[in-house]
Amino acid sequence: MALDRWIALVLLGVCLTYGYAAWFTMDGSLPPFMQRNPIWPSTFPKVLSILGIITTTIILLGFEKSEIKEADIDYRRLGDYHLDQALMLLALMVIYALCLRPVGFLISTSAFLILGSFILGERKWHIMLPVAFIATGAVWYLVQEVLGIYMRPLPGIFGG
Amino acid sequence: MLEGLLIGLQTAFSIQNLLMVIAGCLIGTFIGMLPGLGPMSIIAIMIPVAISMGDPSAALILLAGVYYGAIFGGSTSSILLNAPGVAGTVASSFDGYPMARQGKAGKALTIAAIASFAGGTLGAVLLMVFAPALSSVALLFHSAEYFALMVVGLSAIAAFAGSGQVAKAVIMTVLGLIMATVGEGALFNLPRFTMGIMDLQSGFGFITLAMAMFALPEALFLVLKPKDLKGDDGEIKDLRITKEEAKAIAPVVGRQSVQGFFIGVLPGAGATIASFLGYAVERNIAPKEEQEEFGKGSIKGLAAPETANNAACTGSFVPLLTLGIPGSGTTAILLGALIALNVTPGPRLMLDEPQIFWAVIMSMFIGNLVLLILNLPLIPYIAKVLSVPRNYLIPFILFFTLMGAYIGQNNATELLILVGFGVCATALKFADYPLAPLLIGFILGGMMEDNFARSMQLYDGIGFIWERPMTLGLLVIAALLVLLPSYRARRARARAAGIADGD
Repeated sequence: MALDRWIALVLLGVCLTYGYAAWFTMDGSLPPFMQRNPIWPSTFPKVLSILGIITTTIILLGFEKSEIKEADIDYRRLGDYHLDQALMLLALMVIYALCLRPVGFLISTSAFLILGSFILGERKWHIMLPVAFIATGAVWYLVQEVLGIYMRPLPGIFGG
Repeated sequence: MLEGLLIGLQTAFSIQNLLMVIAGCLIGTFIGMLPGLGPMSIIAIMIPVAISMGDPSAALILLAGVYYGAIFGGSTSSILLNAPGVAGTVASSFDGYPMARQGKAGKALTIAAIASFAGGTLGAVLLMVFAPALSSVALLFHSAEYFALMVVGLSAIAAFAGSGQVAKAVIMTVLGLIMATVGEGALFNLPRFTMGIMDLQSGFGFITLAMAMFALPEALFLVLKPKDLKGDDGEIKDLRITKEEAKAIAPVVGRQSVQGFFIGVLPGAGATIASFLGYAVERNIAPKEEQEEFGKGSIKGLAAPETANNAACTGSFVPLLTLGIPGSGTTAILLGALIALNVTPGPRLMLDEPQIFWAVIMSMFIGNLVLLILNLPLIPYIAKVLSVPRNYLIPFILFFTLMGAYIGQNNATELLILVGFGVCATALKFADYPLAPLLIGFILGGMMEDNFARSMQLYDGIGFIWERPMTLGLLVIAALLVLLPSYRARRARARAAGIADGD
């Protein structure tokens, strides 16, 4: 089974779960005055779940033949590409998301930019470090001072 | 009208107001280029500045300049990085980004600038002529028609998203609509499908989703398979468009200015629908061999959404200025600013304070001209973004993606959602599922459900579909749009298999 039909199977599962939630779990808690409404919070989701189930079934059963196109990246040979770099960058993004608040904007962003280019194979530290620091500082200044959106610059223990 | 024009010219051509236009356009362009900051957030940020000026004309002129600049800046990041910061410029990336990858970034930006200029200017002419008349047309549209119009828009998007892939496009649209139902709706104050997670109470962030669908998979693809971002030698060549190209896009620009403007007039439709519908229409009426080009760097495919979104921005001022009803999020913010300045937009605005009405129209012309003059010479420098080495560019794209999602919501959970959806979107991209319909479904989902619910309540049931001929007609068009391409594909296959056509 090709990847697009596997995905259709997953989406069918999503639609079924969504449909279950819409058809069977939402209406019970509806206040009485709302029950006399022609439309319930679950009406639209119910329609959507049916539409979704029909379409995923069409894809899953292959009613609609699609021409096999030359893809940009062949997912069957994912190992041939720089998969390790991509995974490491994704992990870095997750770490950044978790660190942004506790560690503060300035440190986590500089680290993110430096480690990001390090993962991609850059080793020219004399360029990497200044670029990261200047960019971090400039963005922080723009967001904090010009736009007035608060971002904690330093770790919490320094009172940032 | 002539008198009004003169009043407008007099007001708009004061030194202060000219400076306001220029400043607004510059600020808008530069902030709009950052993915994640759309016109709505930029205008919201500029409101304190505008209000403190005290002069309503100047304030509105400044904000309108910011609006135009932001839309143009947003198309820059769509074209160069495939990271649309604004929903209205998503369609520009369909053909703009492939052009940039072919080394024609300069040309793409030039076309975008010219198309935006033409769309904005023609839109302003139309606004001047039609503003009074159009307000009465817009009043004819009820929520039932809005609902039907959105269904048409979504079907058009699903129909054009891929040849022979209509089912995939439809499921992505439905998925987008499903995601839009997460969180609290406006009509029912009940949290839905939040799975008890507090952060989902307000639904998924639009910007988060946009970043996850477009910027992140694109960046991951760049990591997985390094390719030459720039042209042969990184030089931005052929900025100029040739005479043939100008001839090819001229009718597109003409059609889309008018169409985009009228779509923009309808409250709730706005630049996003205008740009997608413009793209779909131009693709469908293009000759067969040019249709193949769409999505691979067609100049028509870039000019259409660029013209349409700027014309629609102008059009969206019509309901604001004539009815006092904001048609989009951005004009809603403008309405807030006007009320803070003690101006009440509405039918009486043109009579009571004509100088404001006409000054805004005049400043639209000036704003568009300023944008063109500013941007054409700047294009080579803007396009230089592409010659930044990959090792630096990718971390920065990722960083701006994260920042865009973070600034909007100020919530670190949003970043985790972004990464999660980004990975899902990459898998979908591998399997050749179109991603744009998902985002459009998501954007329109909330509005669509609201209008659907409103008409259900007004007609006490589903009856509005057959009781309102306009609604029924629009829905029939929508059904045809989805069914026709798959029917045609089926027939083409049958013909290829050697089965003769019936008479």
